[in-house]
Amino acid sequence: MTVAEVFQEISAADFFYRNRDIAGFTSPSRAIYSTIRELVENSLDACETGGIPPDIYVRLSHESGPLDGPGTYVLRIEDNGIGVPGDVIPSAFGQVLYGSKYKLRQTRGTFGLGGKMALLYGQITTHTEAQITSSNSTKSRITDIALRTDIQQNKPIVLKKKTRTNKTHWKGTIIEFKTEADYSRAMSKILEYFKQTAIIVPYANLTFVDPRGRLYRFIRGTSKVPPAPTETSPHPHGVDVETVQRMLKLTNAKSLQEFLRKQFQRIGETTARKFLQYSSLGQKKNPKNLSPGDIVKLVNAMKNYEDFLSPDPTSLSPLGEDLLATGIKKELGITEEETQNGTAFVTTLQRKPATYSGFPFIIEVGLASSKQIGGEGKILLFRFANKIPLLFDEASDVSWKVVDQLIDWRNYRVIPGETPLAVFVHVCSTKIPYKTVGKEFIADRPEVEHEILNAIREAGRNLRLYLSKREHLAQEKKRVDVFEKYLPKVAQFSTKLAKAKKEPDIKPLLKGLIKYGAEEGEEEE
Amino acid sequence: MVPKKEKKRSKGVIKERKEKVLSALEELGEQVYDQLGKKEFPSFKMPSRSISNIIYDEKTRQYILGKRNVKRSARNVRHIRPFTQLLWTAMFVDELTAQNKTSTLRDVFYSAQAYEMDFQDQQESDNLITDLETVTGFSREDFDVFPEERSAIFGDLTIEYTVPGYEGRTLNLASHPDGVMIGPALTTSEFVRPDKRKVDKVIAIEKGGLFTRFIEERVHQRFKSVLIHTAGQAPRATRFLLRRLNQELDLPVYIFTDGDPWGMHIAMVIISGSANAAHLRELNTPDAIWGGVWATDIVDYKLPSDPLTDLDIKRLNELEKDPRYAGGLWQREIETFRKVRKKSEQEAFSRYGLTYIVDEYLPKKLKLKSN
Repeated sequence: MTVAEVFQEISAADFFYRNRDIAGFTSPSRAIYSTIRELVENSLDACETGGIPPDIYVRLSHESGPLDGPGTYVLRIEDNGIGVPGDVIPSAFGQVLYGSKYKLRQTRGTFGLGGKMALLYGQITTHTEAQITSSNSTKSRITDIALRTDIQQNKPIVLKKKTRTNKTHWKGTIIEFKTEADYSRAMSKILEYFKQTAIIVPYANLTFVDPRGRLYRFIRGTSKVPPAPTETSPHPHGVDVETVQRMLKLTNAKSLQEFLRKQFQRIGETTARKFLQYSSLGQKKNPKNLSPGDIVKLVNAMKNYEDFLSPDPTSLSPLGEDLLATGIKKELGITEEETQNGTAFVTTLQRKPATYSGFPFIIEVGLASSKQIGGEGKILLFRFANKIPLLFDEASDVSWKVVDQLIDWRNYRVIPGETPLAVFVHVCSTKIPYKTVGKEFIADRPEVEHEILNAIREAGRNLRLYLSKREHLAQEKKRVDVFEKYLPKVAQFSTKLAKAKKEPDIKPLLKGLIKYGAEEGEEEE
Repeated sequence: MVPKKEKKRSKGVIKERKEKVLSALEELGEQVYDQLGKKEFPSFKMPSRSISNIIYDEKTRQYILGKRNVKRSARNVRHIRPFTQLLWTAMFVDELTAQNKTSTLRDVFYSAQAYEMDFQDQQESDNLITDLETVTGFSREDFDVFPEERSAIFGDLTIEYTVPGYEGRTLNLASHPDGVMIGPALTTSEFVRPDKRKVDKVIAIEKGGLFTRFIEERVHQRFKSVLIHTAGQAPRATRFLLRRLNQELDLPVYIFTDGDPWGMHIAMVIISGSANAAHLRELNTPDAIWGGVWATDIVDYKLPSDPLTDLDIKRLNELEKDPRYAGGLWQREIETFRKVRKKSEQEAFSRYGLTYIVDEYLPKKLKLKSN
């Protein structure tokens, strides 16, 4: 029996309405940040699924209420993603948990829950409907729908629906609705969110027009979109009793062996047979006839059986070293020229896939040093999970632990309080080990921590090379500067002291310096 | 003022010395200028002032620098800054000296800033003056750089100014009853040779109170003396003046200090110079005589006294090993201080009446021919 079944009279929409704090809608300022974030992420997913370089336009306009506190705003989000078929729009936007699936792949949102929560929040706070416009093909007609959610029934109510010809061969989705927001408080986080998204999605064009009419534009640095992840079945190490129970309900398999082969990754006939022997559950047993005790036994056996192959990493969609470097350079304002002449440095590194608890994950890191970073010598940490920037609770995050406590930066020639340094950590996984439902910081799972640590250490070797070279050059320059400052004075003073008329030419001496170096240390004889 | 006709000029020592100073500075400039002309990084050598190179010279009875030299090269990145600063300092004092202007160590520090010659602090600019002294062998007073003054002179001696605006004017040093400050003008003055019947000795006194008492008691007349107030450890200008009085005018010098290790050392620095100024000559007066207050005086005159402190004892132990203190009198007095563990100030003689020191003690001490 599940919780949802016990409280049957409460719909899923109602449940999330009552627990909106969990989903990041605690206050009007936090809510507008979460709303923009969830909808932008849905749009990005919609583009990437189709391999389309995203073009996302977000406009937040002030409707009524004070400008420096909670008020009513209109939010419009446009994307050029794969679109939603007209008949699916009502459920896709007006029914919580619609389309829930038990296949796994790396996407930003898990069940598209956040986007619906955003619309729901708008509906609750302003009592107005949402306008959805979408086209899922350049050849199909465009559908315009006005809808709201019946919270108690968890059903979409379509208020208006019409279709029109698609003269411009447009494909994508536009959402517009009213919502309560406190933009003045949320502004800095929202702008930071766009900036960091532009780093981790360097192939996207992001446009944001804020309520004060200011235009923020983040131009893509490449139009290369990383390949979309393939969908995979769960790995036997990564499921719990509840999940298996649901999978059993849905399966058509006639035997346990077939169930395992069809519903899980990395299980073939041999593995299935060996495992069932190990679990001492019958090979031919009908999966529908498992007792609750059998299910627990099955899941426990899965957890303890060590001969499964590692989880399949093709369900992951890391950014890749080149794209990550592109994103970092473009948003920090580091030019090619600067990286070539040594005034700035960016290195990126991707680790091989690893796993924790049956979930594959890949760590990507970037290290950057340049004067644009600022930070007054404090190391700036940028955290990303599945191409989402994480902006809150930095100090609780596993990356922070690695950067702040586990790495001794002096080993990499970083002078604390002096060397400008930015660290970028991207965790890609079919299931990010968030510590809380807030999804703002990642737990210090030993496997994840270990991978992040090794990634930074490996990338750190390049940083060390760069910094020691720069140190050397700086010293050399400083040395020559000293001579360039004082030698002309020596000439001037000695000429005056010797009562001579013409100053001696010191240029040959200065030239020679750069070539041969100079004496060091005190000489006594 | 003494009429010009009557005075017998001394040899023009000051003028001669000034010319030597100027040519030493010019020489330094030429040396650097010529090396630059040959497309070489300029460098020069000077005696090392490190402690291991400071040795006691028996002949001149003072500390001098040994044979070790250091090379300062403009090619060395760590040297070029002090090298340039030294040249600037030389240029600065060259102009100062040529124009007969004086300045203080503080002035040097600030003037440098106008030339973007950034001295980090006063200490750094002071060190460079010392470098210049070492390179040229002349003291900063020769370059017309003076510390703050506090020392004074009084007596029937006439001087002739060489400072601008006063050249050729004379002054009798008995003309003001507080004495005359030993400043740049006095230090650069020529002496008019005094009548030996009126002046035949110099008395240097550590404390201002006693200096004033001596003037009131007409010690300068009763004992035919020039009085000098050293105000504690004698400044270099005062030590230089004492030496000139002794050497140019053949006047014996008597020194009276407090009866403690520190007073004893004030006398010693006048006689044998200091380690700090080992790079300089002609600042000491080897034949000067320490008249008191001796440790044995404390005993003999039953002077009121204070016990020696731990710091005093420590200083005695240091002085005992100092080669300048090798002589019989010095060892005897150190020994006595140790034995009686007492010290007395000059004013302690007041126990026997305010004039006792002048009437009884001084005549006895002025009979000393040497220490």
